[in-house]
Amino acid sequence: MASITTTKVSETDLLIEEYGYDDHFHEHHDEDKFQSSFITTYIFSQDHKTIAKQFLITGMFWGVMGAMMSLVFRMQLGFPEESLMWLKPVLGKWITVADGVGTLAPEFYYALVTIHGTVIVFFVLTAGLSGTFSNLLIPLQVGARDMASPLLNMLSYWFFFLAGAIMFASLFLSTGPFSGGWTAYPPLSALPQASAGSGAGMTMWTVSLVFFVVSVLLGGINYVTTVLNLRTKGMTMWRLPLTIWAFFITAILGILSFPVLVSAFFLLVCDRALQTSFFLSEIFIGGQALEHVGGSPILYQHLFWFLGHPEVYIIILPAMGIVSEVLSVHSRKPIFGYRAMVYSILAIAFLSFIVWAHHMFMSGVNPFISNFFVIFTLIIAVPSAVKVFNWIATLYGGNIRFNAASLFGIGFVSMFISGGLTGIFLGNSAIDIQMHDTYFVVAHFHIVMGVAAFFGMFAGVYHWFPKMYARFMNETLGRIHFWGTLIGAYAVFWPMHYLGMAGVPRRYYSFDTFENFSHFANINKFITVAAVVVFALQVLFIINFFYSIWKGKKVTTRNPCGATTLEWTTPIEAGHGNWPGKIPAVQRWAYDYGKDGKDFIPQIVPLADGEKDNGDH
Amino acid sequence: MTFLIIFLCIVLTAVVLVQLGKVTEIARTIRGEADAQEDLNTRQGFIGMVFMVLFMIFCLGSAWYYKNWMLGYGPHESASEHGGVLDSMFNITLGFTYVVFVLTHIALFWYAWKYRGRRGRKALFMPHDTKLELVWTAIPAIVMCFLVVNGLMAWNEVMGDDGDEDIEIEATAQQFSWTIRYPGQDGKLGEKDYKSITGLNALGQVWTDTKNLDDFNADKIVLPVGKKVRVRITAKDVLHNFDLPHFRVKMDAIPGLPTYFYFTPKITTKDYRKNLADYPEYQAPDPNSPDKKLWETFNFDLACAELCGSGHYAMKKIVEIVTEEEYEKWLTTQNSTYFTSGVRFSDEDPYKNDLFDNEDKAQAAAFKTTFESTLLSEEDKTIILDKVEFAFAKSELTPLSRYQINHLAAELKRNPNVQIELAGHTDNVGSDENNLTFSESRANVVYNMLLQKGIDADRMRAVGYGDRQPIGDNDTDAGRQKNRRTEARIIAQ
Repeated sequence: MASITTTKVSETDLLIEEYGYDDHFHEHHDEDKFQSSFITTYIFSQDHKTIAKQFLITGMFWGVMGAMMSLVFRMQLGFPEESLMWLKPVLGKWITVADGVGTLAPEFYYALVTIHGTVIVFFVLTAGLSGTFSNLLIPLQVGARDMASPLLNMLSYWFFFLAGAIMFASLFLSTGPFSGGWTAYPPLSALPQASAGSGAGMTMWTVSLVFFVVSVLLGGINYVTTVLNLRTKGMTMWRLPLTIWAFFITAILGILSFPVLVSAFFLLVCDRALQTSFFLSEIFIGGQALEHVGGSPILYQHLFWFLGHPEVYIIILPAMGIVSEVLSVHSRKPIFGYRAMVYSILAIAFLSFIVWAHHMFMSGVNPFISNFFVIFTLIIAVPSAVKVFNWIATLYGGNIRFNAASLFGIGFVSMFISGGLTGIFLGNSAIDIQMHDTYFVVAHFHIVMGVAAFFGMFAGVYHWFPKMYARFMNETLGRIHFWGTLIGAYAVFWPMHYLGMAGVPRRYYSFDTFENFSHFANINKFITVAAVVVFALQVLFIINFFYSIWKGKKVTTRNPCGATTLEWTTPIEAGHGNWPGKIPAVQRWAYDYGKDGKDFIPQIVPLADGEKDNGDH
Repeated sequence: MTFLIIFLCIVLTAVVLVQLGKVTEIARTIRGEADAQEDLNTRQGFIGMVFMVLFMIFCLGSAWYYKNWMLGYGPHESASEHGGVLDSMFNITLGFTYVVFVLTHIALFWYAWKYRGRRGRKALFMPHDTKLELVWTAIPAIVMCFLVVNGLMAWNEVMGDDGDEDIEIEATAQQFSWTIRYPGQDGKLGEKDYKSITGLNALGQVWTDTKNLDDFNADKIVLPVGKKVRVRITAKDVLHNFDLPHFRVKMDAIPGLPTYFYFTPKITTKDYRKNLADYPEYQAPDPNSPDKKLWETFNFDLACAELCGSGHYAMKKIVEIVTEEEYEKWLTTQNSTYFTSGVRFSDEDPYKNDLFDNEDKAQAAAFKTTFESTLLSEEDKTIILDKVEFAFAKSELTPLSRYQINHLAAELKRNPNVQIELAGHTDNVGSDENNLTFSESRANVVYNMLLQKGIDADRMRAVGYGDRQPIGDNDTDAGRQKNRRTEARIIAQ
């Protein structure tokens, strides 16, 4: 790879020295304050690169937790007759024993499903993905010393940590963790009489997520401020790499939508604790008629999905940004249609705020209102299609370097196509009548925002690992990880479409009651086996990750993959402040690959006489 | 032990893979990065192509394998009239998306293979192409318009609340069962109030709404083929969802906010079973009744499709579609909740002090028969006024007693020659003297009532017999109850 790199180290330094911006950083003595002890360097660090690693590793922890939960409930679905006695030491009373056969208790099955969804969506794919890469890349790629507020940035991580700690503790409650689904619809989530998990479990779940929202907001405000105010000299908005565009828009989405979730939680807490009736009306439960009158459970759903839908774009946009960057770098070609990519991010972000009720077509909202949401929802297919075509066009005519990062980029595109297309079915309310809350939905969102987002994340980890740890991850293991996960993920989720078409509802603990849903024992076995294999491959990834931190091949050149963006102009092991001297100035857009016969031209290289900048024009 | 072995195997595999990774990395350095990368590009690009081809085959193959479970194919044709439209919408969308899916996947992996990195190759500098981008923005936009227009036409057709149904039934969900209510003969469902829910009144029907009185709850959903049904969908406790997968029906059940769904069943359960008989999937014996095949025991189901708690997966009701004659016949076997489940004359019954006309008529007819047979009888000239009752330890008639006294008055008027003795009786509790006065005063109450109804005083006399003429065993409650009675004895005719 080194031979592809044409820019020499010294050349980079010269360019920075000549054109860069001197902010007199080296005259400050902040470094002592920031990184003087073990605690300030590794724990309460205010360095964005360290915080990024903290987000990533915490996200990985929750990823493993969430995945293990899914394995347990997949065991129940695939092998309901098998004894789960071997899980008794871990799960205790949630394994009920009859005649020596251990069975997963239904309450705990639903708790696992709920916590799996919650932690994967929020802790892994929001904090672990956007938190990691926004932190790592925003200052590095816009040419900033750090985030606008390193302190808030640090707090953002520690609020996330706190949220995780509370969620983790809730797993050990005697009444069980919350078990009413990750969407926490009242009245089920509001009434402890309705479900054991809706007592203390729900309280801790809510508190955890409120802290999580604090984390997202602190992070988001920082990302937006940094992108808007701390771009280096010459870094206009149209010269930003697509990663930054994606993180920037993602942060705005989060800032606008997460507070609405908190408002929904606030009203829910009032209903739970103060006997208000925002979401509750005319309920008879546990032999008792409750006093609540006049509330609407649908109001909660509106508030929830006002976050919930932007949330799926909060998850997928960073992955899109990462994939755009990775595919471009490794195809040695500019991303095709840079402006179209930015506009489609903007369009998707805007539309994401006016489609929320497509989650609610069958939930009792006025069917007339659904008309608008169908139209807006299906319009999203247009910018999404543009993005897909542009990624494919980026490969066209390239000189593609295959490695774990670019493979996961390609895998992302495949997953996004497969999962995105099924969204066209579900977004059409007429088809949603049959498909709503079936396995078709499970297949759809797992592929398009679960697996696809994970693929984006993996692409990012493999690509920027050298920047994080100054070592490479093992490529062979990476490729095994990729092909196994690609095939395995399709093996897990593709067959679910057929279950959905047959009308099998999601969130069923067992299909024994229904003759019509119990024809699929073989599919369910197959899915479970595939899930175990996919999980094993993720363990391999984690082994590779931690092994490579200490034992991986060392990075010897600053810019090992020959990328144009600013993060590769920093020293191999960038310290606090990222650049030892001046901040580099930006002279061109981020995608000059293969231009004028050159393999690539870094952003810090000035435009030649008469050369046109392809971004900022 | 097995666990340990499996664990060791996993660890061993991981170690082997890590070593493999290290070895290939070293080999790569020895060979030279560029060479190795070029070989790797060729290999990975090729694997990509193989994957793509196998994936496409797998998609088609699995779809073929599961075709009998797909919408509108094989036996799972919609059992409702609107369902066919939705199924064809699904399949039109499947057609468009399948083409896009195949073309984009071919392009993705074929380009990846074709443009794999080789030394000396130069990548094309192609930052954008406005014309191309316009084309591939316009094409999805046009397709989406087509799908939106078709979808919304179908949607508004299905979801319109037109009120043109032939039958309205109600489904009420609770943790973890359904209650199905039919409107009865008046064809109208009565009002409900969740605060009226009791052990007797599972749905909280408001009995002052007379529309409720003929409503009945059925243990399954029975509907006639070809009739438009409106289902009113409600819930008692948390959210549920009324899901009839074979009918393409789905709607949330919400406490405090009734929802609805219209559908017209188009095939009877029997005919649907006959169709299933053609498919191999349904030839296996039913595990629950092994002498029958699956198609013979097939039933449409009502399921819950909104997470409602730990029993969510078991909220089943059978749905049976029958011919209209069978339906009418079935209706006659169903009994009104109000009249047959213990509500009538209970404390919850607002009409417990009154008889409905039909009840009054039936009682009058029964009384008339008894009266007439007593007239004809040679020996037994006593009519026990079994519906005439007094408040506990008082000489005060219970409200419902007035009906039998009316009937007695009517019979006396129709038979002007009949003279009667009103005989009051008590049980043996209390002193003889008291019982005597007590029974006399009770007989007098009836006597006075009859006077008011215009029966001549000389046709009647009231006598108290105390506890002297028991007809039941005074040692038991039931016997004593029998002994506390008022009789009309015919003394002349």
